[in-house]
Amino acid sequence: MRYEIPIGPIHPALKEPILLQLSVEGEEIKEVDVIASQNHRGIEWIGMNRNNPIQSLYIAERVCGICNISHPSALVLAVEEAMDLEVPERAQYIRVIQCELERIHSHLLWAGVAAHEIGFDSLLHYTWKVREKVMDILELVNGNRVTKAIMMYGGVRRDIKKEHIPKIRKMLQYYKEGFDKLAKFFLEDKTIEMRTRNVGILTKEDALKLAAVGPTTRASGVKKDVRQDQAYFAYPDFDVKAITPDMLTGKVVGDTYDRIVVRLLEVKQSVEIIERALDEMPGGEITSQPKIAKLLVDLKRADGEGIGRHEAPRGEVIHYVNLKSGFEPFYSWKIRAPTYNNIMSWIPMLKGCQIADVPIVAASIDPCISCTNRAIRIANGRKEMLSKEDLHRLSVEKTKKLMRGG
Amino acid sequence: MVGMIEQVFKAVFGAMGIAIFAIIFGLIYKGIDRKLAAHMQARVGPPIRQPFRDVVKLFAKENIVPERAIGWLFNLAPVIALVSSITIMLYLPIGSFGPILSTEGDLILILYLLMIPSLAMVLGGFASSSPYAAVGAQREMVLMMSLEFPLAITVISIAWKLSRIPVSDPFSLSTITSYPIWNQVGPLGFIGCVLLLIVMLIVAPGELSKIPFDVPEAETEIAGGLLVEYSGRNLALFYLADAVKTIAIGSLIVAIFFPYNLSSILNLAGYLGKFADVVFYFLKLLAVIFFSVILVRVSVARLKIDQVVSTYWIPLTLLSLVGLVLMMLDIILVERGIPW
Repeated sequence: MRYEIPIGPIHPALKEPILLQLSVEGEEIKEVDVIASQNHRGIEWIGMNRNNPIQSLYIAERVCGICNISHPSALVLAVEEAMDLEVPERAQYIRVIQCELERIHSHLLWAGVAAHEIGFDSLLHYTWKVREKVMDILELVNGNRVTKAIMMYGGVRRDIKKEHIPKIRKMLQYYKEGFDKLAKFFLEDKTIEMRTRNVGILTKEDALKLAAVGPTTRASGVKKDVRQDQAYFAYPDFDVKAITPDMLTGKVVGDTYDRIVVRLLEVKQSVEIIERALDEMPGGEITSQPKIAKLLVDLKRADGEGIGRHEAPRGEVIHYVNLKSGFEPFYSWKIRAPTYNNIMSWIPMLKGCQIADVPIVAASIDPCISCTNRAIRIANGRKEMLSKEDLHRLSVEKTKKLMRGG
Repeated sequence: MVGMIEQVFKAVFGAMGIAIFAIIFGLIYKGIDRKLAAHMQARVGPPIRQPFRDVVKLFAKENIVPERAIGWLFNLAPVIALVSSITIMLYLPIGSFGPILSTEGDLILILYLLMIPSLAMVLGGFASSSPYAAVGAQREMVLMMSLEFPLAITVISIAWKLSRIPVSDPFSLSTITSYPIWNQVGPLGFIGCVLLLIVMLIVAPGELSKIPFDVPEAETEIAGGLLVEYSGRNLALFYLADAVKTIAIGSLIVAIFFPYNLSSILNLAGYLGKFADVVFYFLKLLAVIFFSVILVRVSVARLKIDQVVSTYWIPLTLLSLVGLVLMMLDIILVERGIPW
């Protein structure tokens, strides 16, 4: 007997609203339908209508609470490209350190959530206790644990001071020493292995076909990492290599277990990057334009478009920005969060799994759902869903309109 | 006539006393459980009286019955669960107080009574018309079926051993408590007994739907499963039923495997002896619950239902069968008079 089970829009397995319509037979999942767009916040609209670009930078930080460095990173890259803004080298290094600190805390947060999803609350509490160390450093350096307001067009807003460095090094040491213990808990525990090995497999073909990004795709053996493929900030200096699970286990399965492996290894990689960045960090200015009022005038005068790509903890985040001279807000602003690419990989992952696998498989792509929600269509006060055919028809109409010169 | 009245009197007031006792101590154990688990997870945890507050609060809350639910069944299920849990307690000895009710087949009856709270939850789950509850109810049934076998083998091995002593009612708990199993067996039987104890300790979290066997409720998967639609008074009744059942299972393990009393060891008489026995009983109960429920639930992840079934059917059934075979060998060796 086949019956429908809705997971969502609000469900304990999901930290944010999205609807997974499951068609199950007993415990086995036969069909999956993902119905996104449950929580639209109109962030791009604000950036294109209400705010000036500097205010939008802070809004970008609020696209996602966890990736609060990633979205501003991509946005500053886009805007700096659009207005040809120089960035001092020290600022590039500070950006790298901030991004990698964020990766450590985000991956640890994820690991805790994953443990909770399979009912292993002790590990959740342990992982989050370990995570507190990096949160303390973030607070020390930035004055805040989340939404740190550190990025600025042309540089960063706060320096990493001399007295911070020994404390950061101490934290790095803590993670280096604690890594083996954490890896042992996650990778050698029998029950975790039972719940994650061969569960939610994403094959390499599917990963490529669905253009999955970040740890989700790397766990399937695709060596894709913006820091490696198109290095930005100070990343060219560090020769970042995309991490795949075979580096530790010797094989690529593409299951949930592999995604744990990849994220754990990335924590280690981030620690190494920060260590080198601290060693090699040059002196000098932290921003090329310290006067915000002047920067705002420059932004208003600027003309051009730019794309920023950044490797967020969840994968590649892209911001597209178009600046028009004389128009204060962004003339256009488009955000593509990594979950947008990864969300469709739920379908091949979940097919054939059990209901019990839904939380851990859903969590395994580390979804950031409201970050993904970039459009909503409301007609007559009701939410409407557009199919692929509708979208195709609309875009053909638009192209024809443009060709007519309208 | 007077004797009969006395018996009825004893049964009624004894039952009420046991009900109050079981509920209060069930909630205290829930509090201790939460506190210990919290400390093991490096948390502070709620105060020990928190379960009492939860129950009081739940009773004050609105009791919502879903529109498409079968109302009477939905409301009846929690009552059945609580009543049947308390009924189990009537057959179990507490300290040196013998059980209030007893028959020649206590253990068999308890095995059946243990299923009734679970069956009530299944009924309530199906009656609530929620797809999550339906999944939870199916899982609960599968769970019941899978743990019944090792549990039955354990109980039967012990009763069988006692029947060879010989005693009159091997399935009666008063017999079991007066002939502690460890004293009746040789070395092989002792090993068998240890295996059976391990099986019982692993069956207990399954009976109580605790991690790693909490599949019927599985908060992150099916949002509380069986209990998803329950609120207010009904939820409080299920909560109490769970508390009482925890005590019942703990007491059952204590009665079968650790029936020793302080009063007989230390030669205490009168009220002092009774008091010492009850305190000792609580400590035994706490130790059993600690090792079989609290320690297990903080140290592993939740299993999937097929993994639960294979855990109970393959390794645990085998373990209990090995225990049974060892007991058999022990009996044969003892009866043939082969010296150790």
